[in-house]
Amino acid sequence: MKSFLHSTLKLFVATTLASTVMATSLLAETKEKFQVAWTIYVGWMPWDYAQQTGIIDKWAKKYGIQIEMVQVNDYVESINQYTAGKFDGCVMTNMDALTIPAAGGVDSTALIVGDFSNGNDGIILKNKKKLSDIKGQSVNLVELSVSHYLLARGLESVGLKEKDIKVINTSDADIVAAFSSKDVNALVAWNPQLSEIAGMKNASMVFDSSKIPGEIIDMLVMNTKTIEENPKLAKALTGAWYEVMALVKKGDEGALKAMAAASGTDLAGFNAQLKTTMLFHDASAAVKFTDSDALPKTMQKVSQFSFDHGILGDGAKNAEFVGMQFPNGKTYGNQSNVKLRFIDTYMKMASEGTL
Amino acid sequence: MKRLINHRPSRANALWMGVLPFILIGILYLFASHARLAENPDDKLLPSFSQIVQTMEKSALTPSKRSGEILFLQDTLSSLSRLGLGVLISALLGLALGIPLGLIPLVRSGLSPFVAAFSMVPPIAILPILFIVFGMGEVAKVALIVIGVTPLIVRDLQQRVEEFSREQLIKAQTLGASTWTLVIRIILPQMLPRLLDSVRLTLGTAWIFLISAEAIAATEGLGYRIFLVRRYLAMDLILPYVVWITLLAFLADFLLKKFTCKLFPWYDTKERA
Repeated sequence: MKSFLHSTLKLFVATTLASTVMATSLLAETKEKFQVAWTIYVGWMPWDYAQQTGIIDKWAKKYGIQIEMVQVNDYVESINQYTAGKFDGCVMTNMDALTIPAAGGVDSTALIVGDFSNGNDGIILKNKKKLSDIKGQSVNLVELSVSHYLLARGLESVGLKEKDIKVINTSDADIVAAFSSKDVNALVAWNPQLSEIAGMKNASMVFDSSKIPGEIIDMLVMNTKTIEENPKLAKALTGAWYEVMALVKKGDEGALKAMAAASGTDLAGFNAQLKTTMLFHDASAAVKFTDSDALPKTMQKVSQFSFDHGILGDGAKNAEFVGMQFPNGKTYGNQSNVKLRFIDTYMKMASEGTL
Repeated sequence: MKRLINHRPSRANALWMGVLPFILIGILYLFASHARLAENPDDKLLPSFSQIVQTMEKSALTPSKRSGEILFLQDTLSSLSRLGLGVLISALLGLALGIPLGLIPLVRSGLSPFVAAFSMVPPIAILPILFIVFGMGEVAKVALIVIGVTPLIVRDLQQRVEEFSREQLIKAQTLGASTWTLVIRIILPQMLPRLLDSVRLTLGTAWIFLISAEAIAATEGLGYRIFLVRRYLAMDLILPYVVWITLLAFLADFLLKKFTCKLFPWYDTKERA
């Protein structure tokens, strides 16, 4: 019995030690190599192209660092992994940047504002032609996502409230198949699923993101501390991005074809998706957008929506819980808890050609 | 020197040894959580126990502002009713198909290859077809469980019937029993505990299908809640839900076992457990 207790005690000490080591290794951050996560989406395919063709490597080498773009299959999971500290940066929308990393206390910076959805997100009704017909229906969508935000904005535009409809959380992977089901009469989706559904019988798109331009923004979000300590990383990524943007602007067929193939469509399909994406080809346009007065207003709306739906977390007492900063000293929310920053520093360098 | 296999722990020691891994996991979690929270007090990945309790109290156990219902209770009830209904239908189908398949050679030749092949189809892979056939409501969720679990039960039961003692069947026939009497008086009573065993073993699979069904399209349920709040990394809600699901599954298993013992005392559960 005594020896049994003794060995148990030993085991206990060993496990405690092992767990402490594990806990500290979860914290450890070695910064020789940087990892940035990306997921398949029309506005983010340039990252894949930059990686495949060695543009990333070229820029990384110029600044003497190593950058790896890691493709993650599941969008939310990629942001979760970034928030947990596995990646130094990740592509995401403005709303997810606010509700996942920023609300989770990870100080994040929107390094590059890549594009905004200009029809890439939409509301589709079956056998109905106007948005106001949505009243009383069940609406299938990915709850708490930008689709949900778009729906809220759409309902607002026709004087309806969210309680006038019923939201059914539906996985984005299954939403195309869902439309064929007889139970589904209304849904909100994003591309490429959206255009797939819009092409189906009896489907009509009654509202889309081009009616709220500049409110659903796709961007590259980086850990603020990481880029403050390693401005080289920010410079290399920005340089690589605008090199690919120049190719897209020129309509370089090779580049577009490669991006189309990597996102599982052809050139025509990819061009159709680009049409509903307001991509900032020129760094100067992105700078102008980031510096505009509209951006803080948009983020205020997004913050209010997020708070109303409880996705800022239980710590949030009001929509101002997460503080945000914008270029030229503009701010929103609690300035002692600034967790989301929009900067134009590096995009400006790109537009001035000083990278 | 006693051999290792002859060392038996006392009751108290056995209990202590059984609880130890749980305590260790708890301590490991505490350390990791503490380390991450020291770095970032708003960390969502490994919340502290007090935070978990607070969140559960606030978002799951107090009546929700919108519907006035207690989310945790509502989620549990709807998940359990889907699971219960799905498993019940599967068990009945299993019985209705497994016995003829095992007992009647004509049925076996005709259907056995089909059932064997059908049971290999992964239901998740043919979801779009299931949506069109069963819609996207409650029926679809129960159907997914039934499609996933029934083939397993059917095949298990068929096996048990095939193993059934020939002597009993021949004896009953010499006493004048018809096929129907054989099924009702000999096979069925002896198959019921085996069916319960089978249900018990497929319960894990049933849970997996339930959670997947709720992740695809739902408005409440344990799986729905987990996949919903995953969107903003609310581990303080996900972790207690996972513990709760584990506990429910464990309880269901335990109760089925007790139930089998009580109802069929002649059946030795140890032999096949």
